[in-house]
Amino acid sequence: MNHLTAETFDSNARAALNDSQLRGALRHATSLFGKRRLAAARSLNNWEDLRSEARRIKDETLLHLDKYLTEFTANAENAGARIHWARDAAEANNLVKKIARQNAARLVVKSKSMTTEEIHLNAALEAEGIEALETDLGEYIVQLAGETPSHIIAPAIHKTRHQIAKLFTEKLAIPPTDDIATLTITARRVLRQKFAAAEIGVSGVNFGVAETGTILILENEGNIRLTTSLPRTHIAVMGIEKVIPRFADLEMFLKLLPRSGTGQHLTSYQSLITGTKRSPDQEGPEELHIILLDNGRSRMLAHPTTRQSLACIRCGACLNACPVYQQIGGHAYGSVYPGPIGAVITPQLIGLSKAAKLPYASSLCGACREVCPVKIDIPELLLHLRAEITRNAEGGENKPDIAPRRAEQLAFKIWAAIMTRPRWYEFSASLARLLQRLVVRGNRIGKVGGFIGAMAPPLAAWTGARDLRPVEKKSFRQQWRESGRSPTVREGA
Amino acid sequence: MNESDHQTAIKNPQSAIKVGLFVTCIVDQMWSSIGVSTVEVLRRAGCEIEFDERQTCCGQPAFNTGYRNEALSVARRFIELFEESAVDFIVSPSGSCTAMVHHYEGLFSDDDSWRQRAKALAARTFELSSFLVRVLGREDVGARFRGRVTWHDACHGLRDLGVREEPRALIRNVRETELVELENADSCCGFGGTFSVKYPEISAAILDQKIETIETSGVDAVISGDASCLMQIGGRLSRIGSKVRVMHLAELLASQ
Repeated sequence: MNHLTAETFDSNARAALNDSQLRGALRHATSLFGKRRLAAARSLNNWEDLRSEARRIKDETLLHLDKYLTEFTANAENAGARIHWARDAAEANNLVKKIARQNAARLVVKSKSMTTEEIHLNAALEAEGIEALETDLGEYIVQLAGETPSHIIAPAIHKTRHQIAKLFTEKLAIPPTDDIATLTITARRVLRQKFAAAEIGVSGVNFGVAETGTILILENEGNIRLTTSLPRTHIAVMGIEKVIPRFADLEMFLKLLPRSGTGQHLTSYQSLITGTKRSPDQEGPEELHIILLDNGRSRMLAHPTTRQSLACIRCGACLNACPVYQQIGGHAYGSVYPGPIGAVITPQLIGLSKAAKLPYASSLCGACREVCPVKIDIPELLLHLRAEITRNAEGGENKPDIAPRRAEQLAFKIWAAIMTRPRWYEFSASLARLLQRLVVRGNRIGKVGGFIGAMAPPLAAWTGARDLRPVEKKSFRQQWRESGRSPTVREGA
Repeated sequence: MNESDHQTAIKNPQSAIKVGLFVTCIVDQMWSSIGVSTVEVLRRAGCEIEFDERQTCCGQPAFNTGYRNEALSVARRFIELFEESAVDFIVSPSGSCTAMVHHYEGLFSDDDSWRQRAKALAARTFELSSFLVRVLGREDVGARFRGRVTWHDACHGLRDLGVREEPRALIRNVRETELVELENADSCCGFGGTFSVKYPEISAAILDQKIETIETSGVDAVISGDASCLMQIGGRLSRIGSKVRVMHLAELLASQ
């Protein structure tokens, strides 16, 4: 499941649907997260107001992002941090590698960070001969298995306890057990030694406060506290959209993020880091490097519709709520960010042509929008991207699946011609009535395969698992007309 | 039309409320009994029904698949057609198609005049259950149906139009009908328009979660406000030989 791409979304999804262990794990975890989120949201009587206010702050920040980033940079530097700007993944990785070389680092401990997943930092470091070790339990499991995270906040959500036990027995040479306490103690033992030996700790950032230059990172395991305080050097990789104006704004985001993500009222640890240690007897790293990453974000900023993608605080609630994610999990998306927000962000990060299938991987049910703590209208964004994709296809840029798109384009041109001409509309219904005789049996259309299925792919696709109602002998409008505007219900009409 | 206009239309005793029926293309061609039932229920509630035979589709299939120009041409025609008719309200037996009419405004983001027209039209376009309850103030339309039923919240009605309590209130007032709430009543059935044929396996996997709870609940019928969801749910129930039937809210409310 490791090297899937967004271009093969169809086959990835089919493989996932056939994996009963995966589906069992997903069903259990997503419904649990969903219930916890709801209970946590209901524990506050002003949840809706908080969402609106959080979004307002995000919108305000994004509208003046240059100003707040400048302010953040100045204040963080005053406190002793060093700020670096990275236009893309390669620049960010090069910065980390350069700092690693300066520190003569052989071992980097990492805390869970989707942003470092996005730039594929581990692979970049390993190519330099530097070991990058994930210290979040879920990330550690995924790294041991040679996989990638399948969820924004629960990287190993796709794995059952039994699978993890088997992995630990194989990779860590422990006697077979699926006792959770034994497994976590084993991981802890391995990780503690690495924390002590690492020259550099790499983390992500949940929020960067412009007013004070502070970064906030949330977690439950204590590994982030260790990653950011034990090694001599701390590197934080931060998407430019993570900045918020004021320290006081954190209160609201701290109410929204843990509740939406894990259903907790607050995470076990909140690390607020402002610069480096001030005197030799203080604890903490001597160097703090903050890498501000663009990597396509300023492109999203340019358009008012896509701008809201940058309001995301990476809580993962939309993944848990999404009926598609619930069935196929994260790996099938073939992208770093899965689920509804992944289907929105990925095409904007890696290009529409490489991820053209993702915006279509949604029934547009709106469950994502309903749970989003910052009210991102994900269905609107998906529709916006779909429109971009069809526009690109017309220009011939969208090469990967150009043939089906051409057929679809033509179909919709014909469809629009029919739907704007009532006579054509009635004629095409009559034609359907005639043609469907080939497949209607006992007033329903069962599975259609063979030649007819090949000639009418949507019909074959629909009838694979579902019967289809045929076009009726008499349409509503015919009955209205013939009955003198008083149609009556007749059985089997 | 704003709230006070609604009230004027209702309180004006001289004339019946004139409703333009937007039947939707699916109902027109594939499920006419929903259209017929809608007419019956609205007439029983005292409305005068107009049906313009030039109407076709709202444009949603093209809009949802990303074909904006095609959606726009159908939307413009829809607006022109319903602007011409001298009706107080436009009512449709579909949350999804009604929601599409409410989306028109956003579709014309570059054209102020069309946007205003779209907005005005959307303000008087209603899905059936919300029209009965919110506009007419009717929760009982004198229906009778013997059986245990459950309500499936169609996504666009629920999340785009905020229709949740209206259909439930109407169903509770149907004589001899017992309403059973399913745990996942408000989760998607997996239809999603072209999604259902672009990713049929995912669509069917989502659907099966719905089918599972329906089958174990012991209901006689699944009721919903959208023919498309009912085609999806009903298509699977039919395929597996289930005894549970699907019914549109209009059909239930027309039963006597």
